[in-house]
Amino acid sequence: MRMTSVRPLRPTPSRDTPALHLRAMDNLAFIRNTMEAAGAFTAVSGWGMVAIGVLAIIVASVAAEQKTATAALSIWLALAVLSPAIMIWAMVQKARAAKMPLLSGPGRKFVLSFSPPMAVGALLTLVLFRAGLMEAIPGVWLLLYGTAVVAGGAFSVKIVPVMGLCFMAAGVVALFAPVMWAPFILGAAFGGLHIGFGIPIARRHGG
Amino acid sequence: MAKNGAARDDARPQGALKGSAVRRSPAKKADELDRLIHERLRLGIVSALAVNDSLSFSDLKKLMSTTDGNLSVHARKLEEAEYIACTKSFEGRMPKTQYRLTAAGRRALERYLDHMEALIRATRDR
Repeated sequence: MRMTSVRPLRPTPSRDTPALHLRAMDNLAFIRNTMEAAGAFTAVSGWGMVAIGVLAIIVASVAAEQKTATAALSIWLALAVLSPAIMIWAMVQKARAAKMPLLSGPGRKFVLSFSPPMAVGALLTLVLFRAGLMEAIPGVWLLLYGTAVVAGGAFSVKIVPVMGLCFMAAGVVALFAPVMWAPFILGAAFGGLHIGFGIPIARRHGG
Repeated sequence: MAKNGAARDDARPQGALKGSAVRRSPAKKADELDRLIHERLRLGIVSALAVNDSLSFSDLKKLMSTTDGNLSVHARKLEEAEYIACTKSFEGRMPKTQYRLTAAGRRALERYLDHMEALIRATRDR
């Protein structure tokens, strides 16, 4: 008895599927890299920076009213935890609006360059806190945040590393200025610089 | 009869089939790509112009790390398709060629991005 051949209801996936998928991802990455290199698109979200800046001004005013340095530090630490979450959310929204993959090429390089100085900052905060050198923390934070932005911004539009340099300059001032000034410099830098640079980045560089 | 019906269906354009977007394979979608901007250098030119009001010939050449001849050929193809517009002028005695993306070019890039997204989605859904 002869049996007819049976055709599966669901055809097996064609071998070209993964290659097409990868090529499409690669093409999107190429478009994004070209736009970044053309100097008018950055994965960094300007509006995300404005939001962090506004929050930093609120945090600075609340921290200034605290009676102990530890209480003020804990409020700033809350912002340090919240800010990356805000920035990641804003960057995802920006990448979606531009139909770009977030962690391709420059985006990945930005994260890889930005993270080490931030990790060092977290470690030094603990060391300085344990050593009782609270007054040095604002300057160290600003210096290392600036370093992270300069390093990450090397793969982005020019305005990003310039902002990083401004944070580093604010850090130097905070380290050598009278101790009483440090919290104000911290608030002015994290608030003012984020808003001041965030608006032009949002307007000129895709959101 | 069934054979004839199948033949008629095969002859019909894919786009005319109900729900064809869902049924089409990624390979088929890839075939429908705008070949004009699919080529790397032309895709680069269009992408760079999409985020700038205009760019000069030398800007594009530097950005794409290519030769004068190569850039001219590909820019000409995009110009012929009216995806980009070219303006020639003089800066002192030096000729200056400036390119900008046209509305048709911007639409073509948007379509291309949609295609890429659809391809990625289609392969993810399988």
